[in-house]
Order: sequence, then structure tokens, then C-alpha cells
Amino acid sequence: MAEMLKIDNIYKTFNRGTINEKHALNGVCLSLKEGDFVTVIGGNGAGKSTTLNAVAGVWPIDSGRIYIGGDDVSRLSEYKRARYLGRVFQDPMTGTAATMSIEENMAIAARRGESRGLSWGITKKERVSYREMLSTLDLGLEDRLSSKVGLLSGGQRQAITLLMATIMKPKLLLLDEHTAALDPKTAAKVLEISDKIIADHHLTAMMVTHNMKDAIAHGNRLIMMHEGKIILDIYGEEKKKLTVEDLLHQFEKVSGEEFASDKALLS
Amino acid sequence: MAILMALDPAALLRSMPGAFAQGLVWGIMALGVYITYRLLDFADLTVDGSIATGGAVAVMLIRLGINPWLALIFAFIAGMAAGFITGILHTALGIPGILASILTQISLYSINLNIMGRSNQAVSVDKYNLVVSLRYLSDSVSTKIQIFVTTILFCAVIIAVLYWYFGTEQGHAIRATGCNQQMARAQGINTNFHTVLALMLSNGLVGLSGALYAQYQGAADVNMGRGAIVIGLAAVIIGEVVFGKLCAGKHFAFAYTLLSVIAGAIIYYIVINIVLWLKLPSDDLKLFSAIVVAIFLSLPYLKTKYRGKEKQNG
Repeated sequence: MAEMLKIDNIYKTFNRGTINEKHALNGVCLSLKEGDFVTVIGGNGAGKSTTLNAVAGVWPIDSGRIYIGGDDVSRLSEYKRARYLGRVFQDPMTGTAATMSIEENMAIAARRGESRGLSWGITKKERVSYREMLSTLDLGLEDRLSSKVGLLSGGQRQAITLLMATIMKPKLLLLDEHTAALDPKTAAKVLEISDKIIADHHLTAMMVTHNMKDAIAHGNRLIMMHEGKIILDIYGEEKKKLTVEDLLHQFEKVSGEEFASDKALLS
Repeated sequence: MAILMALDPAALLRSMPGAFAQGLVWGIMALGVYITYRLLDFADLTVDGSIATGGAVAVMLIRLGINPWLALIFAFIAGMAAGFITGILHTALGIPGILASILTQISLYSINLNIMGRSNQAVSVDKYNLVVSLRYLSDSVSTKIQIFVTTILFCAVIIAVLYWYFGTEQGHAIRATGCNQQMARAQGINTNFHTVLALMLSNGLVGLSGALYAQYQGAADVNMGRGAIVIGLAAVIIGEVVFGKLCAGKHFAFAYTLLSVIAGAIIYYIVINIVLWLKLPSDDLKLFSAIVVAIFLSLPYLKTKYRGKEKQNG
């Protein structure tokens, strides 16, 4: 299988030379095959979201290379990398434009990576297909195409953001704690939708989560980060047998510290 | 009481056509303000300078013998250039939006003086075949009809074009940029490019409005734009407060919203004319405008605050 993502020894330091200097990424290396669905766990400040942001190009990395689908994207700006990526964020407000309607948001996503000219921003044919896509979510959104996204709940917005991230099949789907801001029931529903979309489209995906159970239950591969490095990488059969206790034990062994996130333990 | 008796209702009535025409002309500027303030979420003070630039360019070109209609197009382009400068200062050089626009506005003062060679230049309606003029309101019935047909058609065409444009892929990209930059970039939208584009379009309309207004009053003046942004904001906000509920959720809601901006400008000038009719000193007009805008700007905030309290009590 083809290599979909290759992160080659990337480093990133924030606030260099100040009292707040933070070595966020310390030589992260990762290679994902097409169809890999990797969950990313680790304590606060371990570099999980930072890794995703580095891949998305939110800011330039200090050194190292990033390849998506074989293309070197290390120097591409965020908006240019967007054509490779689908992204869902922790804050449900981030992934959608609140003052625009559901169909307008989807139409914008459907044109990701294309130049935006003077043809209609949304066509009749698109509306029909959006209605169909929304009905698969089973949230009753298919009858609210022209509603402003700002009127929807966090869970509904995350579900729409997921659709938007995958409406143009991305080479890589980045889910950055996308259920962390939702109530447990909604979070479970959004996770279920995520699983379904990833399976249906055979997507390559990275999912950052604080929840160890979710990290074990989803995907075919699990990586754990600590102090800007990947300290654990488990896949296939071995991952299926994992338990939360195993993970905690492994973490203490590799890092020499107690797992520092209450959120991960309590859930 | 004696003061009220001294007021002449007929005089107020006579001032209404002027208020209406002025509102239509300034309404075009208000549409420009709407694009930056509401769609792009950018407090663009370039307006005070670019409206005078539009007026100066049009007047100088007309004096050179260029067709007044053609002069409007050049005024539009000059306005776009002003918006481009603000956009580059903000996006390429990282200057906060409001400061970038103030820098452009200040520099335009000198540029406008250079365009005109002095602080004001007249275009006489007797010498040139102007698109609109104050004189048309008093000349004859046919010129009266002419000025209103022209200005109303002008506004209608601009609203139609804007309605179309903001329904295109590019228009969607501008709206997404104004609403949520992070989302826009994640969807592959070049937010810097679209910010500059919107500023150009906005200031183009402002320049056009300045060109029409210079023809209307028969002169361009380097100070004609002072406080223009306040009038533009007033029009946008009065339009929203008065017509907001009527526009929401309708088919063509966006077109109605644009229409309400023009209506807001007309209401503003009617109110100003009433104030003048009440014989309030015209020196205080800008103070009065600022107070009106402050009241309308604070209304939505106070409303939610008041409603919040009500809920808590209930």
C-alpha cells in the first residue's frame, strides 16, 4: 500500500528565546499507509494537536519534512495544503462559518483546492446531493439546508464539519479532539459518524483524543506522545488486545512518569 | 411653543426630495461600508478618504472633457486602488485593519489635494451634462424625474450585481473569510487575497458614491469625506434595526438586506433634514450623527443584556 503521510523528523519550538520557550515537537517521525486510522493520545502539552497543526501548516515548522501522498508540503501555506486535508477541530465553532447556511458551508467545502471564480457558489444539483448526505447523518438536518449554521448545536456543527471535511475525498483526515467539547451522548454519536465516514470512503485518518477507551476502540493503530515525541506505536492485532491499564503501564514504563491527564483516567 | 409655531411644515416637505436623492447617493457608499463592516468584519476607515478620491477624480476628469458617466467608472477604479492599499498594508505587512485603513485615509488627503491641485474644484451643471445634480431637483418636472430614475436605477443595478457576486464562489469565499478565517483556510480559501478583494470592491463603491455626490453638489472638496464612515455605519445599522426582521429568512434575503442599507441611508438624511428644519445649529450635525450611530450600535447589545435579565428573573 502506498504511503499517505510521512512526517520526517520535525521540530517546532514556540516563543524561542523567551521565558515561555516551549519545545513542542522534538523530532517527530511517523509514516501512515493508505487506509490507516491512527489514534493519538498523550498528556497535556505532549504535542498531539501540535503535530496535527504542523501537518495542516498552521505555522511553518523549524526543521524536518512533511509529505502527503508523496508530495512535499513542508513549505506550503495552510490554505494551499487544504486540498490534501480534511480537518475537524475541537471547538465546534471553528469548522464552520456561522453566518452562512448549511448548504453554503458544504458548497465551500466541495470546492476545496479549486480556484474560486464567478460561477454560482452552489448549484441545484449540489443541493440535491447535500440533502442526501445530510440525511445519512440522521440528525434531521436534510430539511434545514438554508438554515444558518450558527443556529445549530455543537454536535450538529461537528457532524456537518465532518461531512465538509470528506465531501472532497481528502488524502488525510485530521480529527483534533473533535468530540472533546460535546456531551457524552453527542460525542458517541459524532464518533460513530466519524467511523462510518472513514470506513465508507477508505480514508487515512489521524484522531487526537484525550479518551483512552476511544483511542483503543477506534482505528487500526495507536500512538502515544510525550514531550514532543512519539513514545509508543501499536497496531494491528496487538492494538485490538490493548486495555486502558496496559496503556497506563506502558506510559509509565516509557516516560518514567505518571500519566498526567485526569480527563483520560476518569472517562 | 412659539418656536414650534414658527416652523413651516411646507419647508420640511420641500426638503424631502433632496433628502431622498442624497440618501440614494450616499446609500451606495453605505453598501460599500456594509461589505467591509458586516461581510468582512473589518472596520475600514479608508472610506473617509476614498469617497473624496472618487469625487476628486470624477470632477477633474469631467473638467478635462470626459463624459460624466465614464468619470464614474474611473472614480470606481480609484476607490478600488485605495482599498487595495489598505488591503496590502493589512495582509502583506501585518498592520491591524483599523490602523491600516487610517494610514490610507490620511495619505489620501494629500493625494486628493494633488489630484485637484487645491482643496476644492467645481463642476458647473451649466457647462457639463452631469449624471445627477442638486439643480435637477428644482429645474423642472422632467429633470426631477430624471434624477430619481437615475439614482434609483443606479442603486437597483448595484444591488443586483452585489446579490449575484456574493452568490458566486468568490463571494462565498469572501463571506467565509469575514466569518471564520480558520475555517476558510482549512477549506483552501486564500484569506489574504479575499480580504484585499473585498476591500477593493467596497472602496470602489465608495469612490463611485463620491463621484456621484460631487456631481450632485457641483464640486469635489478635500473634506467631503469627513465623517463619511459614520454616515455609512448609520445607514447600515438603521437599516438593520428597522428592517432586520422583515429581511430574515426570506427568499432573496440578501437582496432585501442590501435594500435596507439604502433605505437606512435615506432615513438618515430624512432625520438630518428634520433636525435642520427644527433649526438646530448645523455645527452640531456631526455630534448629532455620532449620537444617533452610538444609540443604534448599542441597541442590539442592550437588548440582549435586558433580555438576559428578564430570563434570570423568570
